[in-house]
Amino acid sequence: MRFVDEFRDADKARALSAKITSLCEPGREYKFMEVCGGHTHTIYKHGLEDYLPENITLIHGPGCPVCVIPMGRIDDAIHIARRPGVLMTSFGDMMRVPGSGGNFFDSNAEGTNIRMVYSPLDSLKIARQNPDQQVVFMAIGFETTAPSTAMTVLRAAKEGIENFSVFCNHITIIPAIKAILDSPDLRLDGFIGPGHVSTVIGCRPYEFIASDYGKPIVVAGFEPLDILQSIYMLMLQLKEGRSEVENQYSRVVPWEGNLTALRAIAEVMELRPYFEWRGLGFISHSALRMRDKYAKYDAELHYEVPGVRVADPKACQCGEVLKGVLKPWECKVFGTACTPETPIGTCMVSPEGACAAYYNFGRFTRTRVREASIS
Amino acid sequence: MCLGIPGEVIEILTDRPDLARVDVSGVKRAINIGLLVEEGIKPGDWVLIHVGFALSKIDEAEAKAAMDFLEGIGKAYEDELAALRDSQIV
Repeated sequence: MRFVDEFRDADKARALSAKITSLCEPGREYKFMEVCGGHTHTIYKHGLEDYLPENITLIHGPGCPVCVIPMGRIDDAIHIARRPGVLMTSFGDMMRVPGSGGNFFDSNAEGTNIRMVYSPLDSLKIARQNPDQQVVFMAIGFETTAPSTAMTVLRAAKEGIENFSVFCNHITIIPAIKAILDSPDLRLDGFIGPGHVSTVIGCRPYEFIASDYGKPIVVAGFEPLDILQSIYMLMLQLKEGRSEVENQYSRVVPWEGNLTALRAIAEVMELRPYFEWRGLGFISHSALRMRDKYAKYDAELHYEVPGVRVADPKACQCGEVLKGVLKPWECKVFGTACTPETPIGTCMVSPEGACAAYYNFGRFTRTRVREASIS
Repeated sequence: MCLGIPGEVIEILTDRPDLARVDVSGVKRAINIGLLVEEGIKPGDWVLIHVGFALSKIDEAEAKAAMDFLEGIGKAYEDELAALRDSQIV
């Protein structure tokens, strides 16, 4: 093994690497999925795969909210933004995600007003300052982000702001993990559990993974050592024949989650019967919509939303990448037709997307490893 | 948008107890602390911030470690800080 990308505490990483290797049973292959895109980013940035024995493979999961938005929802957002008097707001990450007729920047070039915001609260302020405009916030994200949208809606209600609404695309992580566990394409040995989502939902919702599917899961922090430590904890569970939920990131993630945040979500939003995910298809109860009580803040009720399902471009294999069936570099258009500058698929857009992370960091590490092994 | 960034609470806004001014790598902005009402956030505390909301209270050592890590990841963090700099929620 070669350590190509040194980082702080590289000695500790080597020690963990040795402990992980000592737990490997000869001839056995191990596949762990890191659910969260932030973990994918760390893994490629620091070349963590080079610290692992060859029979451990890390599979990148669907935990990048920008990546799993289906094209049809981008088209729906642009459709709303085109309505007279609408000022749409969106996180910067969404601006370059392609819809079937271009992204938000392309749409703005044709006359819409879609502005980048850091926080849904910025969006609410824009509504306050522009009473003659209808401000629609393009809400995306897992349970990490949904409380922020919910709190903003509660604030809008408190202030009696009438020209603010939410195009709600919030999704929930547990049904996606379950869909992956039920998928026949992939056999996993365990999960590196998401960090920030777990600050909100806590660790309890993962218990079915251990009890019903017999797989270990370790909620992990974002630093290189956190991830290696979590892989060690997964390997130890397998070695000892355990399948449990463990929390490596307890310095940030409380076991019970954030009850205030969960209450805010439950007050404002409810589960949709189903929602489409890029790559994973329609998943039951996997997304949130506004409750009737907050209907006046629901952009889907104010505006006609076409809701047309749009197939991904033929060349794009984001679906397979998101399911963990293909590695980014195995996609036909990776790094040629599809780059972070001209992304075809969502996985190349977000810095947490597996393809963008691999394009920016991983390919260099791999090349260097290959060169190092040749020389 | 997926990053959680550490910030130090400088003050709680007097007219809005659900808002606090924080310092993130020298960028001072108002954020919402309403999700941490039970923690009783006060000046000097460190919090992990996501899209303008404090998501969890952390200790200073964790904040420093997270900051070192984020500064090491480069562009994604720079973009996040730039977005925070543009944020004007009050």
